Amino acid sequence: MTQAPLPKAHVRCQLNGQPVEFLADQHMSLLEVLREVLDLTGTKEGCNDGNCGACTVSMDGRIVDSCLVLAPEVDGRTIETIEGMAPPGGLHPLQRSFLEEAALQCGICTPGFLISAKALLEREPDADEHRIRHWLAGNLCRCTGYDKIVRAVLRAETAMAPKAAAGRTRRKKSA
Amino acid sequence: MHPFRYVAAGSIDEAVAVLREHGARARPLAGGTDILAQLRAGRFELDALVDVKGVPEASALRLGRDGLDIGAAVPCYRIYEDPDVSAAYPGIVDAASLIGGIQIQSRATIGGNLCNAAPSADSIGPLIVHAAAVTLAGPAGTRTVPVDSFCTAPGRTVLGEDELAVSIHVPRPPARFGAAYERFIPRNEMDIAVVGVACAVVLDRSGERIESARIALASVGPTPIVAAKAAASLVGGPPSADAFRAAGEVAADEASPIDDMRGTIGHRRDLVRVLTRRTLERAVQRASGGTASGNTGRGTR
Repeated sequence: MTQAPLPKAHVRCQLNGQPVEFLADQHMSLLEVLREVLDLTGTKEGCNDGNCGACTVSMDGRIVDSCLVLAPEVDGRTIETIEGMAPPGGLHPLQRSFLEEAALQCGICTPGFLISAKALLEREPDADEHRIRHWLAGNLCRCTGYDKIVRAVLRAETAMAPKAAAGRTRRKKSA
Repeated sequence: MHPFRYVAAGSIDEAVAVLREHGARARPLAGGTDILAQLRAGRFELDALVDVKGVPEASALRLGRDGLDIGAAVPCYRIYEDPDVSAAYPGIVDAASLIGGIQIQSRATIGGNLCNAAPSADSIGPLIVHAAAVTLAGPAGTRTVPVDSFCTAPGRTVLGEDELAVSIHVPRPPARFGAAYERFIPRNEMDIAVVGVACAVVLDRSGERIESARIALASVGPTPIVAAKAAASLVGGPPSADAFRAAGEVAADEASPIDDMRGTIGHRRDLVRVLTRRTLERAVQRASGGTASGNTGRGTR
């Protein structure tokens, strides 16, 4: 028996500060929508089952694996992806510190790490090394290793600290 | 992935109607962290997913006089970020703060963890020792099932194909109550329990005798195991290291583990011994007004 194809979901959301409207198959993931419908390929597909964090985006201010969010669930939500991270003509302090600490090699995990780290620093601007490692446990890197990534997040904390504290040294040295 | 309808239900009746229409070809969707991965892996096919996050009873987290009601669609972070819930329900908070990573905790729910019924589920043991019961809704109305009789086999529960879990009720703990959950995993975070042990104790007024105890084991049987004999061995006695060690021995006998890629039978029994002792220590510490729970990220490995 042939069935009529299911109607597409009509979704409206805020994406990187702009209102966005799109049509998507009802069973499509947010990750698929970002990459294939909206051409925002900065968000990467790693495992596609919620283990690696490469597809991490922010939804209503909380980080989620976009492979485990359905497109229609995004209706009315606020989404932020890596494309919305840098200010016009510049870099976010985390992006700069990742470059300075060489905290990336192949780069597939990097957008997810940046989005996750940004969410942490917005909540806990002076998270210590242990807290950073715990927060980033849902993001896997298979080449650089985690030490450089953790160092980059600590460096960004210093860069982002208010002037009064800007002169302080890092509290903890990475292992 | 086989195409399916996505239905955002606004009420229990609406959700039940969709489940009834599709029978086994529809399932409720809460956080989606298990079911979407399973669908994508081709474990089964569905024609409809019914999102219950918009069902008021399923999305409420309510702490009242008679206890805590955790809507089946309440994500983990809402539980461990609530200071009152954290203080009163330490065993459940232990589990909510170690399921997956931060991304998963933004979405994953205790209700979903229960209905997914994995033998290794982190939250089911803590719910059992907290004497929780789950309210199910179906075409004939609602019914309430104690969590310790909800799971029937790996991935199987008493939930009918046209029923959904609405909320979990956790009674208000009595005075001098403490609970704890710990699991063993080879990593620090983000892994599936090789063994998990949940314990709850109530101390008497003097604090020197155990008035009652409950112990539940994860990942050492097809469903969570209630270690009733181990718990009974503690009642009336002192909360001592010897008593905890003896309870661990009994619990290891009550476990029925298998050998698999994550561990051997012998290793698992040994872990039951160790984790039973440790969680009892922590539960008693909490019952005596000791350290609070919380998502510190300092898990044991």
